[in-house]
Amino acid sequence: MSRSDVLVDADWVEAHLDDPKVVLVEVDEDTTAYDKNHIRNAIRIDWKQDLQDQVRRDFVNKAQFEALLSRKGIANDDTVVLYGGNNNWFASYAYWYFKLYGHDSVKLLDGGRKKWELESRELVGDVIDRAPTAYTAKEQDRSIRAFRDDVATAIGVDNIVDVRSPDEYAGRLLAPAHLPQEQSQRGGHVPTAVSIPWSKAANDDGTFRSDGELTDLYQSAGVDLSTDTIAYCRIGERSAHTWFVLHEILGVTNVKNYDGSWTEYGSLVGVPVQLGDEPGGPEGGVS
Amino acid sequence: MCGATVGGLTTEGIDVAKETIIQGVVSRSGEPVGGAYVRLLDKGGEFTAEVPTSATGHFRFFAAPGSWTVRTLAPGSTVDHSVVAEKGSVAEVSVEL
Repeated sequence: MSRSDVLVDADWVEAHLDDPKVVLVEVDEDTTAYDKNHIRNAIRIDWKQDLQDQVRRDFVNKAQFEALLSRKGIANDDTVVLYGGNNNWFASYAYWYFKLYGHDSVKLLDGGRKKWELESRELVGDVIDRAPTAYTAKEQDRSIRAFRDDVATAIGVDNIVDVRSPDEYAGRLLAPAHLPQEQSQRGGHVPTAVSIPWSKAANDDGTFRSDGELTDLYQSAGVDLSTDTIAYCRIGERSAHTWFVLHEILGVTNVKNYDGSWTEYGSLVGVPVQLGDEPGGPEGGVS
Repeated sequence: MCGATVGGLTTEGIDVAKETIIQGVVSRSGEPVGGAYVRLLDKGGEFTAEVPTSATGHFRFFAAPGSWTVRTLAPGSTVDHSVVAEKGSVAEVSVEL
Protein backbone atom coordinates (compact mmCIF):
# COMPACT_ATOMS: atom_id res chain seq x y z
CA MET A 1 0.00 0.00 0.00
CA SER A 2 1.06 3.55 -0.63
CA ARG A 3 -0.50 6.99 -0.69
CA SER A 4 -1.63 6.85 -4.33
CA ASP A 5 -3.44 3.52 -3.73
CA VAL A 6 -5.49 4.74 -0.78
CA LEU A 7 -6.04 8.49 -1.17
CA VAL A 8 -7.85 10.45 -3.85
CA ASP A 9 -8.20 14.22 -4.14
CA ALA A 10 -11.27 16.33 -4.82
CA ASP A 11 -10.53 16.66 -8.55
CA TRP A 12 -10.46 12.85 -8.87
CA VAL A 13 -13.79 12.60 -7.07
CA GLU A 14 -15.38 15.27 -9.27
CA ALA A 15 -14.20 13.36 -12.36
CA HIS A 16 -15.82 10.14 -11.06
CA LEU A 17 -19.12 11.49 -9.68
CA ASP A 18 -21.09 9.66 -12.37
CA ASP A 19 -18.93 6.51 -12.54
CA PRO A 20 -21.29 3.63 -11.63
CA LYS A 21 -18.43 1.52 -10.23
CA VAL A 22 -17.27 4.26 -7.84
CA VAL A 23 -19.40 4.57 -4.70
CA LEU A 24 -18.98 7.74 -2.66
CA VAL A 25 -19.86 7.20 1.00
CA GLU A 26 -20.17 9.93 3.64
CA VAL A 27 -19.49 8.87 7.25
CA ASP A 28 -19.75 11.55 9.94
CA GLU A 29 -19.63 11.75 13.70
CA ASP A 30 -22.65 14.04 13.37
CA THR A 31 -24.77 11.57 11.47
CA THR A 32 -27.22 14.32 10.43
CA ALA A 33 -24.59 16.24 8.42
CA TYR A 34 -25.49 14.20 5.33
CA ASP A 35 -29.12 15.30 5.60
CA LYS A 36 -28.11 18.94 5.28
CA ASN A 37 -26.10 18.33 2.11
CA HIS A 38 -23.43 16.02 0.69
CA ILE A 39 -21.35 15.41 -2.42
CA ARG A 40 -23.56 14.55 -5.40
CA ASN A 41 -24.35 10.82 -5.71
CA ALA A 42 -22.87 10.06 -2.28
CA ILE A 43 -24.67 7.63 0.02
CA ARG A 44 -24.46 7.59 3.82
CA ILE A 45 -23.23 5.04 6.30
CA ASP A 46 -24.21 5.81 9.89
CA TRP A 47 -21.35 4.70 12.16
CA LYS A 48 -23.66 4.19 15.15
CA GLN A 49 -26.63 2.52 13.50
CA ASP A 50 -24.94 0.73 10.61
CA LEU A 51 -21.48 -0.20 11.89
CA GLN A 52 -22.14 -1.04 15.56
CA ASP A 53 -24.01 -4.04 16.89
CA GLN A 54 -27.11 -2.57 18.53
CA VAL A 55 -27.03 -4.92 21.55
CA ARG A 56 -23.47 -5.82 22.54
CA ARG A 57 -20.54 -3.41 22.39
CA ASP A 58 -18.95 -4.68 19.20
CA PHE A 59 -18.92 -4.25 15.47
CA VAL A 60 -21.49 -5.57 13.13
CA ASN A 61 -20.52 -9.17 12.39
CA LYS A 62 -19.75 -10.56 8.94
CA ALA A 63 -23.38 -11.34 8.11
CA GLN A 64 -24.52 -7.90 9.30
CA PHE A 65 -21.79 -6.21 7.25
CA GLU A 66 -22.83 -8.19 4.17
CA ALA A 67 -26.46 -7.17 4.71
CA LEU A 68 -25.47 -3.53 5.15
CA LEU A 69 -23.41 -3.30 1.97
CA SER A 70 -25.99 -5.25 -0.02
CA ARG A 71 -28.70 -2.88 1.18
CA LYS A 72 -26.58 0.17 0.34
CA GLY A 73 -25.95 -1.12 -3.18
CA ILE A 74 -22.21 -1.68 -2.83
CA ALA A 75 -20.77 -4.57 -4.87
CA ASN A 76 -17.57 -6.49 -4.17
CA ASP A 77 -15.87 -5.03 -7.25
CA ASP A 78 -16.91 -1.42 -6.61
CA THR A 79 -14.35 1.20 -5.65
CA VAL A 80 -15.54 2.73 -2.38
CA VAL A 81 -14.45 6.32 -1.66
CA LEU A 82 -15.08 7.39 1.93
CA TYR A 83 -15.20 10.94 3.22
CA GLY A 84 -16.59 12.78 6.22
CA GLY A 85 -16.28 15.56 8.75
CA ASN A 86 -13.89 15.78 11.70
CA ASN A 87 -10.88 15.46 9.41
CA ASN A 88 -12.09 12.05 8.21
CA TRP A 89 -12.08 10.44 11.70
CA PHE A 90 -15.16 8.35 11.06
CA ALA A 91 -14.41 7.89 7.37
CA SER A 92 -11.08 6.36 8.49
CA TYR A 93 -12.98 4.24 10.98
CA ALA A 94 -15.27 2.98 8.21
CA TYR A 95 -12.25 2.46 5.96
CA TRP A 96 -10.79 0.18 8.65
CA TYR A 97 -14.07 -1.82 8.71
CA PHE A 98 -13.98 -2.26 4.95
CA LYS A 99 -10.42 -3.60 5.26
CA LEU A 100 -11.32 -5.70 8.30
CA TYR A 101 -13.93 -7.46 6.16
CA GLY A 102 -11.64 -7.65 3.14
CA HIS A 103 -13.06 -5.12 0.65
CA ASP A 104 -10.61 -4.87 -2.21
CA SER A 105 -10.77 -1.29 -3.46
CA VAL A 106 -11.42 1.40 -0.85
CA LYS A 107 -9.99 4.92 -0.66
CA LEU A 108 -10.29 8.10 1.38
CA LEU A 109 -10.99 11.56 -0.03
CA ASP A 110 -7.98 13.51 1.27
CA GLY A 111 -9.20 16.40 3.44
CA GLY A 112 -12.71 14.98 3.65
CA ARG A 113 -15.75 17.13 3.84
CA LYS A 114 -13.95 20.10 5.36
CA LYS A 115 -11.53 20.71 2.49
CA TRP A 116 -14.37 20.19 0.01
CA GLU A 117 -16.39 22.87 1.84
CA LEU A 118 -13.46 25.25 2.26
CA GLU A 119 -12.94 25.07 -1.51
CA SER A 120 -16.66 25.86 -1.99
CA ARG A 121 -17.22 22.75 -4.13
CA GLU A 122 -20.72 21.55 -4.98
CA LEU A 123 -22.91 19.98 -2.26
CA VAL A 124 -26.47 18.81 -2.90
CA GLY A 125 -29.49 17.69 -0.90
CA ASP A 126 -30.75 15.01 -3.29
CA VAL A 127 -30.63 11.48 -1.91
CA ILE A 128 -29.95 8.65 -4.33
CA ASP A 129 -30.84 4.98 -4.08
CA ARG A 130 -28.47 2.38 -5.45
CA ALA A 131 -29.87 -0.99 -6.55
CA PRO A 132 -29.29 -3.66 -3.88
CA THR A 133 -26.40 -6.09 -4.36
CA ALA A 134 -25.44 -9.50 -2.96
CA TYR A 135 -22.27 -8.55 -1.10
CA THR A 136 -19.93 -11.22 0.25
CA ALA A 137 -17.49 -10.28 3.05
CA LYS A 138 -14.37 -12.15 4.11
CA GLU A 139 -13.70 -13.29 7.67
CA GLN A 140 -12.47 -10.50 10.00
CA ASP A 141 -8.78 -9.76 9.51
CA ARG A 142 -7.58 -9.96 13.13
CA SER A 143 -4.11 -8.79 12.10
CA ILE A 144 -5.36 -5.18 12.14
CA ARG A 145 -7.50 -5.33 15.30
CA ALA A 146 -6.26 -5.35 18.91
CA PHE A 147 -8.26 -6.44 21.97
CA ARG A 148 -7.69 -5.42 25.58
CA ASP A 149 -5.47 -8.40 26.42
CA ASP A 150 -3.26 -7.57 23.44
CA VAL A 151 -2.81 -4.09 24.90
CA ALA A 152 -2.07 -5.33 28.43
CA THR A 153 0.63 -7.69 27.16
CA ALA A 154 2.11 -4.98 24.91
CA ILE A 155 2.88 -2.69 27.88
CA GLY A 156 6.63 -2.15 28.02
CA VAL A 157 7.12 -4.56 25.10
CA ASP A 158 5.60 -3.19 21.87
CA ASN A 159 4.86 0.30 20.59
CA ILE A 160 1.64 1.67 22.04
CA VAL A 161 0.59 4.96 20.50
CA ASP A 162 -2.00 7.13 22.23
CA VAL A 163 -3.41 9.43 19.55
CA ARG A 164 -5.74 11.51 21.75
CA SER A 165 -5.02 15.15 22.57
CA PRO A 166 -2.23 15.81 25.12
CA ASP A 167 -4.77 16.78 27.80
CA GLU A 168 -6.65 13.48 27.39
CA TYR A 169 -3.34 11.58 27.50
CA ALA A 170 -2.35 13.28 30.75
CA GLY A 171 -5.78 12.72 32.31
CA ARG A 172 -6.82 16.37 32.40
CA LEU A 173 -9.66 15.72 29.92
CA LEU A 174 -11.75 12.54 29.61
CA ALA A 175 -13.13 13.13 26.13
CA PRO A 176 -12.46 15.27 23.06
CA ALA A 177 -13.23 18.88 23.93
CA HIS A 178 -16.31 19.12 21.73
CA LEU A 179 -18.04 16.57 23.98
CA PRO A 180 -19.20 16.90 27.61
CA GLN A 181 -16.55 15.68 30.05
CA GLU A 182 -18.77 13.78 32.49
CA GLN A 183 -17.49 10.19 32.34
CA SER A 184 -17.23 7.42 34.90
CA GLN A 185 -13.89 5.88 33.99
CA ARG A 186 -10.40 6.92 35.08
CA GLY A 187 -8.34 9.45 33.20
CA GLY A 188 -4.79 8.87 31.99
CA HIS A 189 -3.15 6.49 29.52
CA VAL A 190 -1.81 2.96 29.07
CA PRO A 191 1.62 2.88 30.76
CA THR A 192 4.55 3.15 28.31
CA ALA A 193 2.26 4.48 25.54
CA VAL A 194 3.73 7.47 23.71
CA SER A 195 1.59 10.50 22.94
CA ILE A 196 1.37 11.23 19.22
CA PRO A 197 -1.93 13.05 18.66
CA TRP A 198 -3.69 12.05 15.42
CA SER A 199 -3.82 15.76 14.54
CA LYS A 200 -0.06 15.89 14.05
CA ALA A 201 -0.58 13.67 11.00
CA ALA A 202 -2.96 16.16 9.38
CA ASN A 203 -2.79 19.68 8.01
CA ASP A 204 -5.31 22.32 9.12
CA ASP A 205 -7.43 21.59 6.03
CA GLY A 206 -7.69 17.93 7.03
CA THR A 207 -5.31 16.53 4.38
CA PHE A 208 -2.60 14.11 5.44
CA ARG A 209 0.95 15.40 5.80
CA SER A 210 3.65 14.22 3.40
CA ASP A 211 5.22 10.76 3.70
CA GLY A 212 8.47 12.31 4.92
CA GLU A 213 6.75 14.39 7.60
CA LEU A 214 4.72 11.37 8.73
CA THR A 215 7.75 9.11 9.02
CA ASP A 216 9.61 11.80 11.00
CA LEU A 217 6.63 12.24 13.29
CA TYR A 218 6.69 8.64 14.54
CA GLN A 219 10.44 8.13 14.47
CA SER A 220 11.17 11.33 16.40
CA ALA A 221 8.75 10.11 19.09
CA GLY A 222 10.79 6.94 19.40
CA VAL A 223 8.41 4.56 17.63
CA ASP A 224 10.38 1.72 16.00
CA LEU A 225 8.18 0.97 13.00
CA SER A 226 9.88 -2.39 12.46
CA THR A 227 8.22 -3.79 15.60
CA ASP A 228 4.55 -4.29 16.48
CA THR A 229 2.41 -1.21 17.09
CA ILE A 230 -1.02 -0.74 18.68
CA ALA A 231 -2.84 2.58 18.28
CA TYR A 232 -5.72 3.65 20.50
CA CYS A 233 -7.80 6.72 21.37
CA ARG A 234 -11.13 7.00 23.21
CA ILE A 235 -13.49 4.88 21.07
CA GLY A 236 -11.24 3.83 18.18
CA GLU A 237 -12.06 6.34 15.47
CA ARG A 238 -9.12 8.73 15.85
CA SER A 239 -6.79 5.73 16.14
CA ALA A 240 -8.29 4.41 12.90
CA HIS A 241 -6.99 7.66 11.38
CA THR A 242 -3.49 6.89 12.74
CA TRP A 243 -3.81 3.23 11.70
CA PHE A 244 -4.58 4.53 8.19
CA VAL A 245 -1.45 6.70 8.25
CA LEU A 246 0.85 3.91 9.41
CA HIS A 247 -0.64 0.87 7.68
CA GLU A 248 -2.05 2.33 4.49
CA ILE A 249 -0.01 5.45 3.65
CA LEU A 250 3.38 4.42 5.05
CA GLY A 251 2.88 0.70 4.39
CA VAL A 252 3.83 -0.47 7.90
CA THR A 253 2.34 -3.97 8.13
CA ASN A 254 2.32 -4.78 11.86
CA VAL A 255 -0.11 -2.13 13.12
CA LYS A 256 -3.36 -2.80 14.98
CA ASN A 257 -6.19 -0.49 16.00
CA TYR A 258 -7.52 -1.05 19.54
CA ASP A 259 -11.16 -0.14 19.04
CA GLY A 260 -12.09 -0.70 22.69
CA SER A 261 -9.66 2.15 23.37
CA TRP A 262 -9.75 4.31 26.49
CA THR A 263 -13.47 3.89 27.21
CA GLU A 264 -12.70 0.19 27.72
CA TYR A 265 -9.15 0.27 29.12
CA GLY A 266 -9.93 3.18 31.48
CA SER A 267 -12.78 1.15 32.99
CA LEU A 268 -10.89 -2.15 33.47
CA VAL A 269 -10.20 -3.48 36.94
CA GLY A 270 -6.67 -4.70 37.62
CA VAL A 271 -4.71 -2.96 34.88
CA PRO A 272 -2.04 -0.27 35.39
CA VAL A 273 -2.77 3.34 34.46
CA GLN A 274 -0.36 6.23 34.05
CA LEU A 275 -1.31 9.84 34.80
CA GLY A 276 0.55 12.90 33.54
CA ASP A 277 2.52 13.88 30.47
CA GLU A 278 5.16 11.07 30.54
CA PRO A 279 4.74 7.50 29.20
CA GLY A 280 5.73 6.08 32.59
CA GLY A 281 6.93 2.58 33.49
CA PRO A 282 5.02 -0.73 33.12
CA GLU A 283 3.54 -0.48 36.63
CA GLY A 284 1.89 2.91 35.96
CA GLY A 285 1.55 5.77 38.41
CA VAL A 286 1.72 9.55 38.35
CA SER A 287 4.32 11.60 36.48
CA MET B 1 -30.41 26.55 17.66
CA CYS B 2 -33.23 29.03 17.11
CA GLY B 3 -33.94 31.33 19.99
CA ALA B 4 -30.33 31.42 21.22
CA THR B 5 -29.93 34.02 23.92
CA VAL B 6 -28.05 37.22 23.21
CA GLY B 7 -24.38 36.67 24.02
CA GLY B 8 -24.35 33.00 23.15
CA LEU B 9 -25.90 29.57 23.25
CA THR B 10 -28.21 28.58 26.04
CA THR B 11 -26.61 26.21 28.54
CA GLU B 12 -29.93 24.63 29.43
CA GLY B 13 -29.49 20.93 30.09
CA ILE B 14 -25.74 21.22 30.77
CA ASP B 15 -24.33 20.92 34.27
CA VAL B 16 -22.25 24.09 33.97
CA ALA B 17 -20.75 23.66 37.45
CA LYS B 18 -18.97 20.48 36.29
CA GLU B 19 -17.85 21.77 32.90
CA THR B 20 -15.34 24.30 31.55
CA ILE B 21 -17.15 25.76 28.57
CA ILE B 22 -15.78 27.83 25.71
CA GLN B 23 -18.40 28.91 23.21
CA GLY B 24 -19.21 31.71 20.83
CA VAL B 25 -20.44 32.85 17.47
CA VAL B 26 -18.75 33.40 14.11
CA SER B 27 -19.94 36.29 11.97
CA ARG B 28 -19.00 38.23 8.86
CA SER B 29 -20.18 41.84 8.58
CA GLY B 30 -22.53 41.17 11.48
CA GLU B 31 -24.19 38.15 9.80
CA PRO B 32 -23.75 34.69 11.42
CA VAL B 33 -21.60 32.23 9.45
CA GLY B 34 -22.80 28.62 9.52
CA GLY B 35 -20.53 25.77 8.46
CA ALA B 36 -17.26 27.47 9.43
CA TYR B 37 -14.72 25.23 11.21
CA VAL B 38 -13.61 26.21 14.71
CA ARG B 39 -10.53 24.50 16.15
CA LEU B 40 -9.51 24.49 19.82
CA LEU B 41 -5.73 24.52 20.37
CA ASP B 42 -4.13 23.95 23.78
CA LYS B 43 -1.50 26.16 25.41
CA GLY B 44 1.21 24.40 23.41
CA GLY B 45 -0.65 25.07 20.15
CA GLU B 46 -1.67 21.42 19.84
CA PHE B 47 -5.04 20.58 18.29
CA THR B 48 -7.64 19.51 20.85
CA ALA B 49 -10.98 19.63 19.05
CA GLU B 50 -12.81 21.01 16.04
CA VAL B 51 -16.48 21.69 15.37
CA PRO B 52 -18.43 23.18 12.48
CA THR B 53 -20.57 26.18 13.39
CA SER B 54 -24.35 25.79 13.47
CA ALA B 55 -26.68 27.57 11.07
CA THR B 56 -26.70 30.46 13.54
CA GLY B 57 -22.89 30.60 13.59
CA HIS B 58 -22.55 29.12 17.08
CA PHE B 59 -19.96 26.69 18.44
CA ARG B 60 -19.17 25.16 21.86
CA PHE B 61 -16.27 23.28 23.49
CA PHE B 62 -16.02 21.44 26.78
CA ALA B 63 -12.45 22.20 27.78
CA ALA B 64 -10.28 22.14 30.90
CA PRO B 65 -9.26 25.21 32.93
CA GLY B 66 -6.43 27.19 31.37
CA SER B 67 -5.36 29.15 28.30
CA TRP B 68 -6.60 28.12 24.85
CA THR B 69 -6.58 29.38 21.29
CA VAL B 70 -9.77 29.32 19.20
CA ARG B 71 -8.88 29.14 15.49
CA THR B 72 -11.64 29.70 12.92
CA LEU B 73 -11.37 28.45 9.33
CA ALA B 74 -13.80 29.61 6.65
CA PRO B 75 -13.39 29.95 2.88
CA GLY B 76 -10.72 32.64 2.51
CA SER B 77 -10.26 33.34 6.26
CA THR B 78 -8.31 32.03 9.26
CA VAL B 79 -8.74 33.93 12.55
CA ASP B 80 -7.17 33.16 15.98
CA HIS B 81 -8.52 34.24 19.39
CA SER B 82 -6.93 33.66 22.82
CA VAL B 83 -9.27 32.64 25.62
CA VAL B 84 -8.90 31.71 29.30
CA ALA B 85 -11.38 29.12 30.56
CA GLU B 86 -12.46 28.37 34.13
CA LYS B 87 -14.41 25.47 35.52
CA GLY B 88 -18.02 26.33 36.26
CA SER B 89 -18.17 29.30 33.92
CA VAL B 90 -18.77 29.99 30.24
CA ALA B 91 -16.06 31.79 28.26
CA GLU B 92 -17.73 33.59 25.35
CA VAL B 93 -15.77 34.25 22.14
CA SER B 94 -17.02 36.50 19.34
CA VAL B 95 -15.26 35.79 16.04
CA GLU B 96 -15.53 38.36 13.23
CA LEU B 97 -14.16 37.18 9.87
